[in-house]
Amino acid sequence: MVDGLRVYGRLIAAQVRSQLQYRASFALDAAGTFLISFLDFLAVLVLFHNVPRLAGWSVHEVAFLYATSSVAFALADLIVGHLESLSQRLRTGTFDILLVRPRGTLFQMIASELALRRLGRFAQGCVVFGYALTGTHIDWDVGRALMLVVMVPAGFVIFASVWVAGMCVMFWTTEGGEFTNAFTYGGQFLTQYPIDVYSAWLRRFLAYLVPMAFVSYFPALYILGKDDPLGLPRLLQFSSPLVAVAAACAAGLVWRAAVRRYRSAGG
Amino acid sequence: MRLDWEIAKRGWRRYAAYPAATWAGVFTNTVFGFVQAYILLAVYRHRTDVGGYDAGDTVTYVWLAQALIMTVYIFGWEELALRIRDGSIATDLSRPVNPQRYWLAFDLGRAPYHFVFRGIPPFVVGAFVFDLHYPSPGLAVAFAVSVGLAVVVSLGFRFLYNVAAFWLIDHRGVLRLSVTVSLFFSGMILPIAFFPGWLAAVAHALPFASILQVPVDIYLGKHTGADLAGALAVQAGWALTLLALGQLALARGTRKVVIQGG
Repeated sequence: MVDGLRVYGRLIAAQVRSQLQYRASFALDAAGTFLISFLDFLAVLVLFHNVPRLAGWSVHEVAFLYATSSVAFALADLIVGHLESLSQRLRTGTFDILLVRPRGTLFQMIASELALRRLGRFAQGCVVFGYALTGTHIDWDVGRALMLVVMVPAGFVIFASVWVAGMCVMFWTTEGGEFTNAFTYGGQFLTQYPIDVYSAWLRRFLAYLVPMAFVSYFPALYILGKDDPLGLPRLLQFSSPLVAVAAACAAGLVWRAAVRRYRSAGG
Repeated sequence: MRLDWEIAKRGWRRYAAYPAATWAGVFTNTVFGFVQAYILLAVYRHRTDVGGYDAGDTVTYVWLAQALIMTVYIFGWEELALRIRDGSIATDLSRPVNPQRYWLAFDLGRAPYHFVFRGIPPFVVGAFVFDLHYPSPGLAVAFAVSVGLAVVVSLGFRFLYNVAAFWLIDHRGVLRLSVTVSLFFSGMILPIAFFPGWLAAVAHALPFASILQVPVDIYLGKHTGADLAGALAVQAGWALTLLALGQLALARGTRKVVIQGG
């Protein structure tokens, strides 16, 4: 584990160095990503121009959901977003190279890239979080602070697991990145608003089965001190870390099953 | 004309060759349609009308927008930019057909494929779950014309940000910016009816409304009589303007292009 992290650190440091070779290009790219992502949040503000509260949530409370989900998503995108290139590896047969190296295939895929410009999106999430704090009254205590510290990594793990599991579809279909977008980008879209706006079946499917509600909604209920309009057990508000661990295990198992099925195209 | 027809057929076939990708895309559009429909419907728990849109108009807008995403190809296109970067554009320029005319014909072959196979399936799913509005036969014809114009406006705009690759080493920044701005101001993320007055005015002054909001409004019967003719005229105006700008930019870019052998 420690050794794995050390290797990951080395591989990624090389990536980062190469991206920083073109400093101006990198700065423009990151700043662009940062600015562009605000048009996405502008949609939330425009929506609230029409209503003071959405399903009982104020604009700042929705911004809280948006920001925590956005930060977790940006981290997942940063660490595993490039798994999309799997499709190309499978088509050309270059996935074989990963199989003969003395490390896990998933590890090698993850360590193959780190697009720093995606930090622009992370920064946007932080700014929106600041905006959320200006308009929400939170009774900060140890429990709430701890929850905030835990919810972002948990959300990151959930998003990353969904990404990994979704990408495995490619072992069967070769293409299919777009199918996975429904769960990753679609899941993120869903987590930006309180889940009680969705119909029951959509919640069961995308909020509980694909556990998107645990990214921001349940922890936010606790931190903001809101009553759950759905009247679900309070325990759920504290279960994001457990759900994250379960999601990661499930994603790992799916990946192993998928790799076992891999037939080389002969690269 | 015969040439354009042959190019258009290739546009259709290119995308028809990957049915699995088509179905994956339909699934994704459908999921996004549901999420967006429920978010926007939550607004109608508090009021019955937003900028002239009732709840039925809004859910219809959501499913039409999902249906038109691929038809107007709003999520970005960089094929021409890549050809400029790797120098293949030199081959294109030596052909007896103007690159813009080629891509327009190709796109007008691609768009019907995406309308039928990426557009209709999610819309049908949406129609099973929500109370959607359906147009009169007259409006349906006007809608079809408007979607055709929307494709041309979209191609005109995409052609412009691709041609920028003549001047830029890396076109992807411009691509990303263009896609985001056009997504927002076309009304793809939220209907322009939801925008505050000043922002709606900005949106209607830009060409992007002609890519999505105008056809959707025509479908919903928001434009009738002279107003309808006016809306179509605005679309046609943007189509011609953007195509003309594209030709101008192409001519300028061609003059400075230097191909390093190969």
